[in-house]
Amino acid sequence: MSPAGWGLALVQTLLFLLGAPLLAGWVKRVKSRLQNRRGPSLLQPYQDLGKLFAKEALMAHSASPLFRAAPYIVFGSTLVAVSIIPLLAVSLPTAAVADVIVLVGFLALARFFLALAGMDVGTAFGGMGASREMLVSALAEPAMLMAVFTLAMSAQSTNLSSVVQFNLDAGLALRPSFMFALMGLVLVAIAETGRIPVDNPATHLELTMIHEAMILEYSGRHLALMEWAAQLKLMLYGVLISVVFLPWGIATRMTPSALALAFGVLILKLMVLWLVLAVTETGLAKMRLFRAPQYLNLAFLLTLLGLFSHVMLEAGT
Amino acid sequence: MLTNPLELAGMAVALALASALVSLLADRYPPMLRGIAMTLLGLSGGLSVIAGLSVLVTPAAITAQLPLGLPWLPWQVRLDGLAGFFLLLIGLLTTAVALYGPGYVREFEHGRDSLAALGGFTGLFVTGMQLVVLADDAFLFMVAWELMSLSSYFLVAYQHEHAANRRAGFLYLLMAHIGALSILLGYGVLAGFGHGFSFAAMRTAELDPTWASVAFVLAFFGFGMKSGLVPIHVWLPEAHPVAPSHISALMSGVMLKVAVYGFMRFCFDLLGNIQPGWGVAVLVVGSISALMGVLYALMQHDLKRLLAYHSVENIGIIFIGLGLSMLFAGTGHPLLAALGLVAALYHTINHALFKGLLFLGAGAILHTTHQRDMEQMGGLLRRMPWTGLFFLIGCISISALPPFNGFVSEWLTFQTALQAWALENGVLRSLIPISAAMLALTGALAAACFVKVYGVAFLGQPRSKQVRKAKDVSRGMLAGQGLLALLCLLLGILPTAIVELLNTIPEALLGQGLSKATSHGWLWLTPIDASVASYSAPLVLLGLLAAWGISAWWLRRGKWREIRRCDAWDCGFSAPNARMQYTATAFAQPIRRVFGLLFHIDESVTRGGDGWLKHSLHVSDRAWGLFYEPVGRLAIQAGRLVGRLQSGSVRNYLGWTLGTLLVLLWVIS
Repeated sequence: MSPAGWGLALVQTLLFLLGAPLLAGWVKRVKSRLQNRRGPSLLQPYQDLGKLFAKEALMAHSASPLFRAAPYIVFGSTLVAVSIIPLLAVSLPTAAVADVIVLVGFLALARFFLALAGMDVGTAFGGMGASREMLVSALAEPAMLMAVFTLAMSAQSTNLSSVVQFNLDAGLALRPSFMFALMGLVLVAIAETGRIPVDNPATHLELTMIHEAMILEYSGRHLALMEWAAQLKLMLYGVLISVVFLPWGIATRMTPSALALAFGVLILKLMVLWLVLAVTETGLAKMRLFRAPQYLNLAFLLTLLGLFSHVMLEAGT
Repeated sequence: MLTNPLELAGMAVALALASALVSLLADRYPPMLRGIAMTLLGLSGGLSVIAGLSVLVTPAAITAQLPLGLPWLPWQVRLDGLAGFFLLLIGLLTTAVALYGPGYVREFEHGRDSLAALGGFTGLFVTGMQLVVLADDAFLFMVAWELMSLSSYFLVAYQHEHAANRRAGFLYLLMAHIGALSILLGYGVLAGFGHGFSFAAMRTAELDPTWASVAFVLAFFGFGMKSGLVPIHVWLPEAHPVAPSHISALMSGVMLKVAVYGFMRFCFDLLGNIQPGWGVAVLVVGSISALMGVLYALMQHDLKRLLAYHSVENIGIIFIGLGLSMLFAGTGHPLLAALGLVAALYHTINHALFKGLLFLGAGAILHTTHQRDMEQMGGLLRRMPWTGLFFLIGCISISALPPFNGFVSEWLTFQTALQAWALENGVLRSLIPISAAMLALTGALAAACFVKVYGVAFLGQPRSKQVRKAKDVSRGMLAGQGLLALLCLLLGILPTAIVELLNTIPEALLGQGLSKATSHGWLWLTPIDASVASYSAPLVLLGLLAAWGISAWWLRRGKWREIRRCDAWDCGFSAPNARMQYTATAFAQPIRRVFGLLFHIDESVTRGGDGWLKHSLHVSDRAWGLFYEPVGRLAIQAGRLVGRLQSGSVRNYLGWTLGTLLVLLWVIS
């Protein structure tokens, strides 16, 4: 609980804030290249955010105060959620404040207000987006929790720092439970961040939208906050997967060299992960909405299998 | 000067009874109910809170004997930690209802229904609940239990001019008595082995495992019936919504908890020697109740009925905690059993608070708009800002989102489930994760359901004329809701203080408390050990407020303050009107389709006489057809068989009498 630890937590949160748009730009660029287009510059998301922040905010006559408060709540909750993820170093004081179940809770809080904001103006698209988002998340959240429980039961702790530390200490052991949990968590991450094949972030067809439909009425700085929160969430899932399942490289001591190494390794891991994401997004088409439950059931079954194989095969040994 | 908490509790009971008596005059002088009866009820609630808190702060078990009852069976009362906790809970809700009630009952003053009945039975209802938790012998317990059940029956059937209310009342009465019969038999088993009807005698009873299991099954059925576990829950969503809203709050918020109290008292205290098999049964039934409760809630568009189904869900979550606790207690892990018990108790008080709050909010909407159907609501947040704010707090709490109270108890339940590796048995070890998965699904679906409720009722545009003209309710009604909303927040951010209070209960029942839960100071909740899991609710709240505050401050400076109002964009189509909004039924349609097998869906499109296509959708409870109707048919058939005896001919009756005499003689000889 040293001041240095809290300082590091602050720096990591800032890194998340600054890095999230960059990663969004990276995935767009790779996708463009794969589709034989040149694509926007890597810095385009920053320019978009900057432009939105400078613009005037519009609100419908029928919007309530909740509509105005929701962007701050969604952004703030996502920001607090990312602050408890060990990005560079293992020993993170914020991980003790809120464990991994609370992390799921923060994301659920952000989603709750996002969906409410979608219903606030009283347009059909907003309600449609909210309804679909809640369906997807209702099926994805249990899968996420099961994956998290597998990790927590193995490490006998729900503290994210302890889980990462446990995986570092355990070395390169092939655990069936972890493989299942990893597969399930990847599927959940794709669904929760609104990527293909569950949702399409680039869609302009109103009837196929989920996330975009909910923020349809937002403009100006409110829209910027919503977009930024979505980018943060995407990065959060990427970091969570890479840090928990492939923790190697993360700093265990607070020396500048260890932190620099951790930073380099992290960028490498994220770039590779996003490359995979871009390739799969290029290769797949978006599913019909009612195929999404099957997809999420698969994620849930995988994570449940992971938990079973942990309690049956690995626990107590 | 009164110092004895039991005397305070006695005064609380007397005040509730006085409130009932005063109400008898309300038919002649209507202000009596608003003015005096509700004040007495509020005082009774306040005293219950003080009495309950004082036994939780300084653990004690105070007993006394009342000069009532039968000569050889005097009524005994006892106030210990468990009773004190439930007394506190009854007191909190009664106080909130007493603040809210005067405004709400005003509308009945010009109706045809008797005010004396409303006030009188409310007072008796509270008296009954207080006496149930104070009772220390089976005789007083059953008398108080019946007082509670019967007076609440009259409240359910209060507006009896509607046929639906009469039907709901009858169903409620029937189910309450089948349950009570089972509880009575359960006490009978204990009394048989303990040679006495006092709880003290029952505690010392030595039961062999088979009889103990019989007693457990009887108690589980009886208390489960009253608390609304699936599949015997069907009466609950019929009965709770039709009572006046402040009574619905008491029924869902407190009466179900009194049944949970009875179950805990019976199993953990009187029966003892918990077997792991019981834990499995409770866990399985609890998990199914939680999931089915929330799924059926999603299908409702009557606001109060929806809330009643959520009571089924939350009772399920409480029983998941209890089941885990019994499972760990039966396999020799007292620390984990204590954790499960604390999680269940925490959820008990949380559910009382947020469900009370939500029912009061639904009552406020009903009061101003006379609407229970969500499809007619919309845009209420701008018309009833305070009710809207309090209702939002209730929605966040019940959806188990941080930093409110529902999250803490769900977090504790998950922490208990995560200790499943401590069990030796592989089957049990894999049963718990399934239950945890169902709990996770329940939580996520509950969030979906309350997005639907709040989004359809409070956001968007009004869908009917009464709702368009809605105004916020009187100060007293807001105060009742505000009190509960504040408690929801406090219980969410100060879990260490609450866990410390609750700790006396597992210490008394299981001989083990959560010694390390609060050992790191008031900021940190560490249920088992700081290395296993920790949660700092105050810091979480601070972090959230800081993140919201900084982002809002940053963006609200100078030129960014202005917001221009315009028409909704809606992708550039024509300006949306209220009928183009998503409805509650439409919102739940994807979930209805995904979980279609679990519902009995009756959907049809027919062409009416005027040539218009008519779409009708009816989702009903499968438990009704699977359990209730067969039992009902069986009862009628049995009745017909016995009815054949009644032939009307004297010779036949004499023949039966002779036959019976012969059989009896044969038995005796």
